[in-house]
Amino acid sequence: MRIELIRRPEHSRTMVVLSPIIAIALTVIAGFFVFLAIGVDPLQALYIYFIEPLTAGWSIEALFVKAVPIILVAVGLSLCYLANNWNIGAEGQFAAGAIAGSVFPILVPGWNGPEVMVAMLVMGVLGGMLYAAIPALLKIRFGANEILTSLMLVYVAQLFLDWLARGPWRNPEGHNFPDSRPFDGGQVLPVLVGSDVRISLVFAVVAVIVAWFVLRRTLTGFQISVLGQAPRAGAFAGFSQNRMILLTFLVSGGLAGLAGICEVAGPIGMLRTTVSPGYGFTGIIVAFLGRLNPIGIFFAGLLLALSYLGGEGMQIALGISDQITRVFQGMLLFFVLACDTLIYYRIRFVRTGQHPAGEAKHGRA
Amino acid sequence: MKKLLAAAAGAALMVAAAAGSASAADKLKACWVYVGPHNDGGYSEGHDKGRQLVDKELGDKVETSYVESVPEGPDAERVIERLARSGCKIIFTTSFGFMDQTIKVAAKYPDVKFEHATGFKTADNVTTYNARFYQGRYIIGQIAAKMSKTGTAGYIVSVPIPEVIMGINTFMLGAQSINPDFKVKIVWVNSWFDPGKEGDAAKALFDQGADIIVQHTDSPAPLQIAEERGLHGFGQAHDMSSFAPKAQLTAIEDNWGPYYVERVKAVLDGTWKSQQSWEGLKEKMLIMAPYLNMPDDVAAMAKDTEAKITADPLLPFRGKVLKQDGSDAGPIDDGVLLGMNWYVKGIDDKFPQ
Repeated sequence: MRIELIRRPEHSRTMVVLSPIIAIALTVIAGFFVFLAIGVDPLQALYIYFIEPLTAGWSIEALFVKAVPIILVAVGLSLCYLANNWNIGAEGQFAAGAIAGSVFPILVPGWNGPEVMVAMLVMGVLGGMLYAAIPALLKIRFGANEILTSLMLVYVAQLFLDWLARGPWRNPEGHNFPDSRPFDGGQVLPVLVGSDVRISLVFAVVAVIVAWFVLRRTLTGFQISVLGQAPRAGAFAGFSQNRMILLTFLVSGGLAGLAGICEVAGPIGMLRTTVSPGYGFTGIIVAFLGRLNPIGIFFAGLLLALSYLGGEGMQIALGISDQITRVFQGMLLFFVLACDTLIYYRIRFVRTGQHPAGEAKHGRA
Repeated sequence: MKKLLAAAAGAALMVAAAAGSASAADKLKACWVYVGPHNDGGYSEGHDKGRQLVDKELGDKVETSYVESVPEGPDAERVIERLARSGCKIIFTTSFGFMDQTIKVAAKYPDVKFEHATGFKTADNVTTYNARFYQGRYIIGQIAAKMSKTGTAGYIVSVPIPEVIMGINTFMLGAQSINPDFKVKIVWVNSWFDPGKEGDAAKALFDQGADIIVQHTDSPAPLQIAEERGLHGFGQAHDMSSFAPKAQLTAIEDNWGPYYVERVKAVLDGTWKSQQSWEGLKEKMLIMAPYLNMPDDVAAMAKDTEAKITADPLLPFRGKVLKQDGSDAGPIDDGVLLGMNWYVKGIDDKFPQ
């Protein structure tokens, strides 16, 4: 008995939209049995995990605070991935944005009027863009694999940040601890609502809307998807592959850099040796969870943020290990990918010993 | 109208009193935030053992909970705030990187007590606490000087914060009290926990002639290298003899439990006050693992020094202390120690800037 995946000649549009929802439902069902197996009331646990964080104003704020950097990163990455450019270095571009954006508050601490924030944000975006331009140019000029170059540049950026925060940019009044001076006045990102949601939420929403508009309504968006799906067809149509590599890398780097400076000037409030608990990589998950669609990414980012908050709630209320959060995120991804696979492929069982003649095999699982 | 107001006030008072007695009947909630997993076999596990002691000793009046593997930064703020909102009356944030988040949340919840480990910022409802680890470093300095044949120790360190610097200095002062020409070679690995880097550093130090290894990093890797080579070293934060039964001479163990019990009790009794706690061998926040793999006279010396430091916490600095350039460091008190950013004479390493 052998199992084969056969590509479907046509796939259902409805299922493309439904698959993430089915995946979430499957995660909840599987989660039910996981909780049952570890001896916790499954309904209570699921309530704490998925619903309770949405019942209080402050935790909804916390949800947005957590989701904003992830969404910004993921929206940029989705453009890259649609154009078949595998930028997995958003974590490094995030750090580059944080570093470039911190130049003014650290080197010119006295400049703290409201206008400095504009300069910081511009620097952050430029920092991320320039850093993302490196793998893009290497790919255009030398055909270097952008997966390798962008990933390896993550470590370069992180180590450079580490060196800055420990060395030249360390706060002289900080007891030798590896942090920069705390930002103040106009160097801190203004709060939008409540006490923690900052204007970076507006940036994220604008990024989502603009990306959606560009992809659906403009020639550039059309070029991105044509070059991503059928590069040769794109070339015949006169679309420049190289221009698109540079453009998508610059946009995704710029958004990651913006997320970086917003994080440093917002919730963190200073430059530290590490500025991200892996938002650049979480962004990859969210980009795919949102089906590379900006609106989908917005909700996927909120869902992933919810999984962090829910995991903390379970630790506090039920004494369950934080590993459960990871298990849930893993299950969610597994089901999303499984559902996706079944949209494009169907499963066929083949009895061993029988070789259907005249039919090419498309792979095995 | 006045009567109505009075009645309303009376009713409000009664409601308040009822609410007060209801919450008093409940258990006090004490909460912890860990930077690593609660069972990491190192730093966070040490704090969790302390939490378990609170459960054991005050379990009838206190309920504990914790959140583990919390990244330093905005995530920590959310977790601390959530604990405060979920009814925790005292919250221990156990990593240096939680400092600003603790202060920020504490300002929003004046009725909740906060205790931040190893930091330096306090508030009316924020206490800092730390152990006088340097005391153990003086003892292991003396042991190292007695045990080393080459007269050279290798010292693996994480980041040049005052706590680490004072550890190096006190180790050296201890060693010099036995052998004035003692040498120490220092390797910075820029991480608190990185078994690969720590192990490589240990190998390099042994290859350069050190025959005893000291670490201010959390993994047992350096001791395991010492075990392989038939040499010696010291455990960090907890007794690591199970990893290196023949190599570990002793270990400087964190022992947070008694402190946690005392502070939670203070909240129960209403006597909790903001302070900067810095406790050592005397208060047993720091304890020495059994002195093993050494001659009896060295163990006896170590025990003797331990007793002396228990009586006089600043004993390592009672003599004249010279800085690396030979200048007099002057009298050394807690304030000098907590901001220490210079080496003592005899350390052959450029001070990291």
